[in-house]
Amino acid sequence: MSTSYGAHADDHHGPEPGLLRWLFTTNHKDIGTLYLWFALIMFFVGGFLAMGIRAELFMPGLQVMDPHLFNQFTTMHALIMIFGAVMPAFVGFANWLVPMMVGAPDMALPRLNNWSFWILPFAFTLLIGTFFLPGGAPAAGWTIYPPLVLQGGANVAFMVFAIHMMGISSIMGAINIIVTILNMRAPEMTLLRMPLFVWTWLITAFLLIAAMPVLAGAVTMLLTDKFFGTSFFNAAGGGDPVMFQHVFWFFGHPEVYILILPAFGIVSQIIPTFARKPLFGYESMVYATASIAFISFIVWAHHMFTVGMPLSGELFFMYTTMLIAVPTGVKVFNWIATMWRGAMTFETPMLWAIAFVVLFTIGGFSGLMLAITPVDFQYHDTYFVVAHFHYVLVTGAIFAIIAGVYYWLPKWTGHMYNERLGKWHFWLSTVSVNVLFFPQHFLGLAGMPRRIPDYAVQFTDWNMVSSIGGFAFGLSQLLFVYILVQTIRGGERAADRVWEGAHGLEWTVASPPPYHTFEKPPRVTEAEAHG
Amino acid sequence: MIVDRMRTNRRTAQRLAIVVVLMFGFGYALVPLYDVLCEITGLGGRTGVVAAGSLDGAVDTSRTVKVQFLGTVNSRLPWEFRPSVGSMEVHPGQVYETMYFARNLSETVTVGQARPSVAPSVASLHFNKTECFCFLLQELSPGEARDMPVRFVLSRDLPAEIATVTLSYTFFNSGQTG
Ligand code: HEM
Ligand SMILES: [Cu+2]
Repeated sequence: MSTSYGAHADDHHGPEPGLLRWLFTTNHKDIGTLYLWFALIMFFVGGFLAMGIRAELFMPGLQVMDPHLFNQFTTMHALIMIFGAVMPAFVGFANWLVPMMVGAPDMALPRLNNWSFWILPFAFTLLIGTFFLPGGAPAAGWTIYPPLVLQGGANVAFMVFAIHMMGISSIMGAINIIVTILNMRAPEMTLLRMPLFVWTWLITAFLLIAAMPVLAGAVTMLLTDKFFGTSFFNAAGGGDPVMFQHVFWFFGHPEVYILILPAFGIVSQIIPTFARKPLFGYESMVYATASIAFISFIVWAHHMFTVGMPLSGELFFMYTTMLIAVPTGVKVFNWIATMWRGAMTFETPMLWAIAFVVLFTIGGFSGLMLAITPVDFQYHDTYFVVAHFHYVLVTGAIFAIIAGVYYWLPKWTGHMYNERLGKWHFWLSTVSVNVLFFPQHFLGLAGMPRRIPDYAVQFTDWNMVSSIGGFAFGLSQLLFVYILVQTIRGGERAADRVWEGAHGLEWTVASPPPYHTFEKPPRVTEAEAHG
Repeated sequence: MIVDRMRTNRRTAQRLAIVVVLMFGFGYALVPLYDVLCEITGLGGRTGVVAAGSLDGAVDTSRTVKVQFLGTVNSRLPWEFRPSVGSMEVHPGQVYETMYFARNLSETVTVGQARPSVAPSVASLHFNKTECFCFLLQELSPGEARDMPVRFVLSRDLPAEIATVTLSYTFFNSGQTG
């Protein structure tokens, strides 16, 4: 039988056979799968670097690596986790779910979608390859402040190009998501009937197209400063290194919300399902997300309270930063109100989601402490900041990603995962992650600086505790891979509506869904609206 | 129908791409914006241009302000560099001169560029230099030493609560050779 591929996006055919399927695919489900696998691999590469860091910090003194390699490890750990693990994982979710949730046959721009993904492996080959250059990988921290970062050798150029490629990839992905949500919804899927995951991704995508180009500009300036004699950040030539910090954080703070808004979306899908109640305050959730996104552009200098700003600047950025806690608080209260008097059950996705709410809130509180300008002078560049951002990123973003994987995995694969092992994975991770990061608050308050390979002996005890937690957390994630592989290869058949309390269009198609779904726009009943 | 939708999608995508290009430009626009902001507010301790009000000869002898001098050399410049006096007591409105000393400790001709900074930053708007070695590149042969003058005047509208002003220079290697 001869089949003609390509011309129409709605041809009735399955995937192409063989490995080339993955290279040329324009199918949103295939691309979502690719993104998720890529993110998982990067999670382990970044995790390997984290294990190296914790091994070195297990004891004072230098045991495992020299300081220069240590700096490369911290820098690359952050770059890989942020741009390689968390962001691609969220884009993977968006690819799989946004078209199914809004009743569209595919993403709006399928070929662009293929490009967005396939740029990434090249970007990360370039980035990780710097480990093998003379002089090693970038070592000035993920915030790549000049003049320090410019002292790197060839790795500066590699890193800048890698960041350009990641930027292009995520900008194309963001454009695709916006166009899909704005133009491809089923006629009955009005904006205020969309699931919250779709809303949070719509807003995230706008953050991406506004923030990533600014990062691209900043790293381009670094590049020309290093190789082409410009002096954007070079004081000798009339530039100003502090200006880099302004430009970087103008991107950087919106970026941290890029890393958390989709997590808010995932959790907002899961909690109503297992509380068997609709999401409390749906519209306030949408408005809270939008205001967080807006405010995130006017708080950037809370990362640089110590550069010598005038008092009025310190006050402005202190108050705007604290203002963000208001919409964030609205969200936390809405999640709690959703659970309030719900008929709750505690399947694995729900456990991760509840842990997210509790632990993310701890990270929010330490953020508020850091927002108080006078005390930030003490906390800045200590392990307290490290504890803060790991609570919001690991127990925030990554916990939400894992929650989402357990929640939708039966839909994606058609098989139930092993509930008992899932619970083991949850408890091991939750206990160990707190052993890992909670003591870092104490270390920071006691004055241990971040980004150092060696430390004063009075910090030894909590560092040992933290490292033990770190190794346990790392090992627990191997269990995750085991569960994933087991579920993909077989297991109890999943029903179409995997969870009895789940609402939304994605639960109305088969598990696993056929290669093409919603080629004709579905009706959107009241029961499935903003599930 | 499908073709229609593809066209709309492409149009939306193009509009969003314009936003991307504009934001890339905005990143660059932050550079001059930042300069203008520093110029207006004195942030970053950039010293002012000579304001007419400060050179009319009137001196406020009722007020004495301490001016401290600092000199630092960037690690890539193999020079010795220091102020010849640590501080001076000055009256706003009067022009003063002080000296900085530099010597090339290396075996090669090097060209340095000094960058001034005034603290506290509000004072920088009222700190005016009429002559400074930082206006030009300074070239020193191996072993050569030089005394370099700075002539400055504090304007009389220096905020009353400021009793001490610090002028510091960092000497950078300009990268040019001879
Ligand atoms: C209530 C909300 C939050 C507040 C008030 C807040 C406040 C702050 C402040 C003031 C700092 C700077 C600390 C310093 O360097 O001295 C900081 C650092 C940081 N925050 Fe937050 N934050 C909040 C939420 C988040 C979220 C949701 C994320 C990401 C998901 C995040 C990620 C980070 C990161 C990565 C850093 C460190 C950046 C670095 O220097 O490497 N924060 N936060
Ligand atoms: Cu921030």
